[in-house]
Amino acid sequence: MATVQISEAEKLYVVHGVRDDLRVDGRGCEDYRHTEIETDVVSNTDGSAKVTLGHTNVLVGIKAEIGKPKPMLPDEGYLEFFVDCSANATPEFEGRGGEGLGIELSNTLYKVFSNKQSVDLKSLCISPGEHCWVLYVDVLLLQCDGNLFDAISVAIKAALFNTKIPKVRIAEEEDGGKEIELSDDPYDCVRVNVENVPCIVTLCKIGHRHVVDATLQEKACSVASLLISVTHKGLVTCVRKLGGGSLDPESIFEMTETGKRVGKALHAPLMELLQKEESLGSKRQKVGFLG
Amino acid sequence: MAVDMRLPAILKQISLSGSKGAAASLVVPGDVITTDTGFMRGHGTYLDEEKLTASVAGEVERVNKLICVRPLKTRYNGEVGDVVVGRIAEVQQKRWKVETSSRLDSVLLLSSVNLPGGELRRRSAEDELSMRDYLQEGDLISAEVQAVFSDGALSLHTRSLKYGKLGQGVLVQVSPSLVKRQKTHFHNLPCGASIILGNNGYIWLHPTPMQQDEEAGGYYTSTEPVALSDREVISRLRNCILALAAHKVMLFDTSVLYCYESSLSHQIKDILKPEVTEEVVLQTRHRLADQEG
Repeated sequence: MATVQISEAEKLYVVHGVRDDLRVDGRGCEDYRHTEIETDVVSNTDGSAKVTLGHTNVLVGIKAEIGKPKPMLPDEGYLEFFVDCSANATPEFEGRGGEGLGIELSNTLYKVFSNKQSVDLKSLCISPGEHCWVLYVDVLLLQCDGNLFDAISVAIKAALFNTKIPKVRIAEEEDGGKEIELSDDPYDCVRVNVENVPCIVTLCKIGHRHVVDATLQEKACSVASLLISVTHKGLVTCVRKLGGGSLDPESIFEMTETGKRVGKALHAPLMELLQKEESLGSKRQKVGFLG
Repeated sequence: MAVDMRLPAILKQISLSGSKGAAASLVVPGDVITTDTGFMRGHGTYLDEEKLTASVAGEVERVNKLICVRPLKTRYNGEVGDVVVGRIAEVQQKRWKVETSSRLDSVLLLSSVNLPGGELRRRSAEDELSMRDYLQEGDLISAEVQAVFSDGALSLHTRSLKYGKLGQGVLVQVSPSLVKRQKTHFHNLPCGASIILGNNGYIWLHPTPMQQDEEAGGYYTSTEPVALSDREVISRLRNCILALAAHKVMLFDTSVLYCYESSLSHQIKDILKPEVTEEVVLQTRHRLADQEG
């Protein structure tokens, strides 16, 4: 994981600041940094989004491909995750340096997103037991400045919202075989229902309090953090503890409550923004990577 | 709880109307600087079919017959006498390696620091063993460039009481080209905090010390919590510096102070929102232009 080195005195300053509810950048303990979201940034994907959270920058692309459903769940499609840690983000990721972090991230994302509660997997089924849509979610880390999980989850939700899966029809052939027919109209497509897709909130324990959206510097001051995925209704779908330190049950309870509150509040502005962007359509001036 | 989500917008560079730019000496890669063959080829230039061409974006510098281009976006190139802020990267025998955002790590020799107990103390073997007690990995120091080696690495010294280990405060990192060279880089700002504008683009913000504690020789750091009012000033200054840097305004005491004053009508955390940044920086620029006349 990308880390920064900071001195003991700086740590003390950060910890005392969190205690006073005034962080180094002037935020309170439950404030997010300035977030910018843009969807439809990569033309050769079915759905994509780029999220900038302070100096953390992630790009998510989703490709829909036809595959075979898993034998245990014949009438459901599934999602696959791959996280690429670009050496642009930090030199530590060079070569195979980012592999460990990438696997850790993609495993967590799989747990959070690839289930019936988050995404309507049944809608991804084409013909039970034979064909289904597989959504390949590729995450690219472009810049790391802490709070990767939250940024990635927002980006995935935005990209899923943006995903357009072409409509297909099953045609019976004369000899009894089946054939998949793709619609001729490229605009004839279905959308993924993202209503129940959760967002991840990572809470870092610093001193006796906890903060959301920790920067790398703040992360260096914390020994343990709690990752909570929350849906728009405030339902917690996944909890994971990260870091080597310990948390007492009382603070886990407090952190979960904060996480629920913050996570719930995250969805409304995100959906509003996505809908607004969608309504602008092609009139919107694309910023992409050079803005 | 506050979430500020929005669509990205293209960053507009604010320019004051009627400001005179030194555009004549600015070049981008590929620009022909001169076709005269009488000049010597310096750093940042190359010869392309007898024409002297720029290989980096920056300012053309001419010393007699030598033409160089000083790049604007660059790592820190140290010069003797510069004030720098750096982070200890490694403790070695008789020296510390210091990260100063230059191409190579700088060195701070044990013989070029002030040890507690007076200037004229001999450095013994014990001092060498207890180097980590003075400065350990991750610690921040302010120092002056003593010498530049042939490979561009810097040798630092802290042989003055104004240099040494830094205590509680905030480090802001900006491009080294944005720090204006001045007579002094240590300022006690009237808003209630102190600032060290390192020439290497590392800027240190800290609460103004009550009294100069000279006995510890700069190795004592206070563990007293910083008052909330001081924290607010420091956080505001930090965001102001980042706002100025985002719009490529030169950083020195006056510009930072003007920006601080223009930002007072906004909340600290709002300064980094693009529209507030733009407004604050524009006001600062106007005031700086007025002052210049």
